[in-house]
Amino acid sequence: MRNPLKPLVEKFGLPRVIIVSFFLFLIAAAGMFHMNLMQLLSDCIRRWGMYGILALAMVPAVQCGIGLNFGISMGIVGGLLGGIIVIQFRVAEMPSLVAVHPLFAMWVAVLIAIAIGVILATGIGYLYGLLLNRVKGSEMTVTTYVGFSIIAFMNMMWMLLPFTDGELIWPNAGKGLRNTISLAASFSNVMNKTLAFTVAGITVPTGLLLFFFLMCFLVWLFMRSKTGMAMSAAGANPMFATAAGINVNKMRIIGTVLSTVLAAVGILVYAQGFGFIQLYNGPMMMGFTSVAAVLIGGASPRKARIAHVLIGTFLFQGIMALGLPVANQFIPESNLSEVARLVISNGIIIYALSQVKGGSGRE
Amino acid sequence: MNRKSKINVRDFVFHNKVVLMFLVLCVGATIASKQPLTFVIPELFTRIARNSFIVLSLIIPVIAGMGLNFGIVIGAMAAQVAIFLTTYWGLTGVGGFAATVALSTPIAVFFGFLVGRLFNYMKGNEMIGGLVLGYFAEGLYQLLFLFIFGGVIKLHNTNLMIPTGIGVKNTIDLKDTVKYALDTVPMLTIVEVGFYLVLIVLVCSTAFKLVKKQEINWKSVVMKAVAAAVIYGLTFIKPVEQFLSADRLLLLSAVEIGCLLTVLWQAFLFIRWKVQARRADEDTIEEPFNMQKAVAYVVLAAVVYGLTYIPTLFNVLIAVKLPVMTYLCIGALCGFNNILMRTRLGQNMRTVGQSRTVANAAGINVDKTRVIAMIFSTVLASWGQLIFLQNVGTLSTYGAHTQVGQFAIAALLVGGASVQNATNKQALLGIVLFHTLFIVSPLAGKELFGDPVIGEYFRVFVSYGVIAMSLAMHAWKKASKPKVEGEGSAEAA
Amino acid sequence: MEKAKETYVLKMDNIAKEYYGNRVLKGVNLHIRPGEIHALMGENGAGKSTLMNILFGMPVIHTTGGYEGSIEVNGSPVNIDTPLKAMELGIGMVHQEFMLIPGFTVTENIKVGREKTMPNLVSRLFGPSMESLDLKAMRRDARKALKTIGLQIEEYVKVAGLPVGYMQFIEIARELDKTGIQILVFDEPTAVLTESEAERLLEAMRVISSQGIAIIFITHRLDEVMAVADSMTILRDGEFVARKEIKDTNVVEIAELMIGRKMEKLVDNSSKDTRTIDDSQIAVSLRNYRVNMPGERVKGIDLDIKKGEIFGIGGLAGQGKLGIPNGIMGLYKAEGQVKINGRELNLAKLGDALDHKVAFVSEDRRGVGLLLDESIEENIIFSAMQTNGKFLKKIGWMRLYDGAAGKSHAEDMVKTLDIRCTGIRQPAGALSGGNQQKVCLARALTLEPDILFVSEPTRGIDIGAKKLVLEYLAKLNREQGMTVIIVSSELMELRSVADRIGIVSDGKLACILKPDDSDADFGLAMSGAWKGERKDA
Repeated sequence: MRNPLKPLVEKFGLPRVIIVSFFLFLIAAAGMFHMNLMQLLSDCIRRWGMYGILALAMVPAVQCGIGLNFGISMGIVGGLLGGIIVIQFRVAEMPSLVAVHPLFAMWVAVLIAIAIGVILATGIGYLYGLLLNRVKGSEMTVTTYVGFSIIAFMNMMWMLLPFTDGELIWPNAGKGLRNTISLAASFSNVMNKTLAFTVAGITVPTGLLLFFFLMCFLVWLFMRSKTGMAMSAAGANPMFATAAGINVNKMRIIGTVLSTVLAAVGILVYAQGFGFIQLYNGPMMMGFTSVAAVLIGGASPRKARIAHVLIGTFLFQGIMALGLPVANQFIPESNLSEVARLVISNGIIIYALSQVKGGSGRE
Repeated sequence: MNRKSKINVRDFVFHNKVVLMFLVLCVGATIASKQPLTFVIPELFTRIARNSFIVLSLIIPVIAGMGLNFGIVIGAMAAQVAIFLTTYWGLTGVGGFAATVALSTPIAVFFGFLVGRLFNYMKGNEMIGGLVLGYFAEGLYQLLFLFIFGGVIKLHNTNLMIPTGIGVKNTIDLKDTVKYALDTVPMLTIVEVGFYLVLIVLVCSTAFKLVKKQEINWKSVVMKAVAAAVIYGLTFIKPVEQFLSADRLLLLSAVEIGCLLTVLWQAFLFIRWKVQARRADEDTIEEPFNMQKAVAYVVLAAVVYGLTYIPTLFNVLIAVKLPVMTYLCIGALCGFNNILMRTRLGQNMRTVGQSRTVANAAGINVDKTRVIAMIFSTVLASWGQLIFLQNVGTLSTYGAHTQVGQFAIAALLVGGASVQNATNKQALLGIVLFHTLFIVSPLAGKELFGDPVIGEYFRVFVSYGVIAMSLAMHAWKKASKPKVEGEGSAEAA
Repeated sequence: MEKAKETYVLKMDNIAKEYYGNRVLKGVNLHIRPGEIHALMGENGAGKSTLMNILFGMPVIHTTGGYEGSIEVNGSPVNIDTPLKAMELGIGMVHQEFMLIPGFTVTENIKVGREKTMPNLVSRLFGPSMESLDLKAMRRDARKALKTIGLQIEEYVKVAGLPVGYMQFIEIARELDKTGIQILVFDEPTAVLTESEAERLLEAMRVISSQGIAIIFITHRLDEVMAVADSMTILRDGEFVARKEIKDTNVVEIAELMIGRKMEKLVDNSSKDTRTIDDSQIAVSLRNYRVNMPGERVKGIDLDIKKGEIFGIGGLAGQGKLGIPNGIMGLYKAEGQVKINGRELNLAKLGDALDHKVAFVSEDRRGVGLLLDESIEENIIFSAMQTNGKFLKKIGWMRLYDGAAGKSHAEDMVKTLDIRCTGIRQPAGALSGGNQQKVCLARALTLEPDILFVSEPTRGIDIGAKKLVLEYLAKLNREQGMTVIIVSSELMELRSVADRIGIVSDGKLACILKPDDSDADFGLAMSGAWKGERKDA
């Protein structure tokens, strides 16, 4: 009891205490440098909504027992395809839709993109789930490289797929799709702009947050349904679930599909907030960022809750949002914040892995 | 008889499916690229020299049951820290290279120790752990090179530092320092140094035995000394001296020497067998001399030698010049990997790799053995990265190490290795196949799709894909065969 | 030769051991003469493995406060505090599960951890771990050890692919190869062998003992003891029962000594038995029933359990009794015909037993029985929710958990079963063993079953909770007419509540006994030496 920090550290785990302290330090530093705190906080909130659903994709994956899903790129690819199909057909510019309201047309576009993404992700996720049922005990290692592989595979596909729209392909006779595709003409910032308001200098992207919370609520509902509870039990203790007459493999597939679908939705929400779709190696490390976020929020490879997503994404993205301008005050034009991102996100994953103690790794 | 051989063929294909698939892919891509062999082969040999060492450094952890060591990236970082410092200090040439090796070794030992300790906390998750650890170390590495060098430690060198004085430049030219330091060691020097080394070893070992009053086989000592002296003496013959004074060896000469040595070696074996047979002591004859095999070797050597007279091959063979010292280092590492497995330590590593439970019961310190395996691998990887850098001649400060682990591991797997089993042969074969693909796939992409980028993406996909496939197959095998052993030990504990 | 003074290679006297206040050994003696085969017998939990752990100086003994008593090897007192020390004293163990590496050759397996090496220049600089292997000497040693036990096998073949029987011999060869081996412990060596392999093993044991090496033979099989052992020690509940020369005793006496009569009844069923059990009404009927559960294999059982009775299934660990309920519940692959209340059960369909109103309380509480991180509430309602669709409310097309209904039911259960907890939100993993067992029971009862299987209901729980659980089972049977099948290693508890007791031995039903049948009958049935007709009580 001599060290007052000790119980705190024990309760939250050392890395989380460090990260929260670091976050507070950044706020303090930003205040000291007389930076526009309100604008920085707005940025935090915006990024929170943008990255939140990608982190949310970890919840069904962890709960159904496949562990941290480094392979959400499988779903991301589906979402990206949905996005570019909508651009190809210029849904957001259809006169009949624009006639109602430009924002309405954009919503239709993004929702169609999401729908296509969800359909594709369901198929991919199902196959992915079948694979994961065969590699029980080593899911994390396999998912990481399967995730990398699909990105590399899609790199070739982006070159070869027959898209023709000028927004999508390289100008002046290059081959294949562009690296970064602007969404300005389709659904850039559609959620961020909807019902957005500014209070005391803080801009609140209401539509984005509502959509994020809606997704969280849906996942929460699912977790309380019969299937959701069966899935959690299958993940927590497969033998227990079997004894209760639950098909564990089926539950794992449901969880994997759900995670993949959420990733597809997540990347589109991210893209609309960012204003661009990044193809090629852009989404390569998205899995790592999302995993790091839920871990920072307090999840473990065996347990993840919605609260972990909310807290973790806010802290992690908050540090990213504050880090860059603050670091620039210390050393101008540096990418100190990139260093911080690498160290924090990978450090927390290593910490989580070393806590597992071979629990999932069978000999 | 006929049926049996059919089954064998099927087995052979099944067991080597990865290798065969890549063989077909390589041949196909080479043909599609429409490049002459005189371009592909020399390029390939350059890449073999560059990359073999680091791929071979992966073998020890596989044997020790730690899987594919994605942590070799950290060894490469140790090498780059060392080479940056020696460049800053202005050390050049072979001496500079030796100093770099000497500097990188303790750094790599330390890193390897830390990685090994960490891996002991995540048994069963070493591979994903190693990968993430690589990214984590990447962050620290950038911190060191971008902020600490120049920011905290003041360094003044406009060639190395970016103009603000804080942080190291993106690329560092090694042309005037250690470029080709190892590649250009003349053969004559190698023979000379080799001669003195043999003498020193002989003297030391004899002296040791004298002090410890152990029996000395004087005859063998003298024989060895004389043999060394004769070989050294040969270098004083003018034509030999001239031949050896070069630092590169024509592939043609290498093939010829190889054929000659094979024949000589078989002759030596034959004579030794004859001599031993006369003594007729059954226990001393370990393996009876296999006449068929010997003849096959000799015929093979002759055929290979004959092939060099085919004009196309001849053209290729005289186009390739091998950096002798580098290839010797690679050969030495192959030898080291083999010899290590014949020591107590190596046997312990194998035991730990096969079953930690059994190793524990046999009184082997499992954690310590794993840490040692990790240190070996990290140090070898750092040396491998140095060999790579001295051959390339420029250090891309923030990029040279990033893909090292992935490409090395992919190469090893392409050669037919798996998470639990890897040999020198597989590593070398893998390097040949993987790098052939690397050389020709952009060109093939250009020919086939009109864009070399597709070929580049294809080779990246191949490297990820082969790793993913190998990991999945390993996990699949592991999951479909739940071990009774693990359960038993849990009960006993 | 004078027979006045007997010399012992090993003398363990008055050995006592406590685990967290629980006395598992209460003054045990074990005396072994050089070159004899000494059988160590007793039921599960009699203290055999603890005694062996003490002999091997296992860390588990010394991290829990050591032991009392004295150990003498060759007449001089010794203190064995590490496994290494035991090895140095020449005590070896042949493990029940094979400690062999399939990818290694026979030689490498025999010499594992004790390789013969030669120094070389590098090892002089970096220490002995760099010494090179002396393969020739290793092969020589391996050949010698194999020759001792008479195994005709090339020492350079890989172990992978050898028959199981050979592996056991390689294990033995490894122990024999250790220098100065005096005592060799065989822990149930024949459990995994076929009959002919077992025969060969016993023969090898004779050969080894004839070379002056004493053997401690731990086994349940009485016939094997009679066949090879010279003498034996019997333990029961951590107490020393007797040391006998085999020539002075017989099977029946040994069986009696192993079981021992216990007068105490665990359960006072003073409440009047008003049940009428109809012989024609069969609740569970098994025909040629087989279960592939590792370590508890069921190898063909025919059994009828009557509606409304309490049926006990007993037998030693590893004989297959646990496989019976686990197979029915679909946790392990099972085949054969199973009828529940006359209707056939589809063993391939997961959860079919639950649909037939069969509930199961697993023997592996923490592994199978509970979601340790989840609340008591979720643990109690879970199965009923999944199987019967209880505690769900429909909102639109979704079926969501009805928190209020679940909570009130869980609270009821906590009260009825007297589960000691801080509230129904407490994680099940934080409860004591007895309370965890009650949670498992509560979940099974929430299913409202006709037939209840309870595996090892009292394992690892204290005596008070034990009594309560058993009485509650009896009450369920008496008041609700539930057919209760109790699978237990503790004969005493079966004999105090069950109407009939089936004894399983070697995966088969040896016989069905009445609770008040003689100890010798129980002992013989459990040791696989039941010679009588299959007796139906």
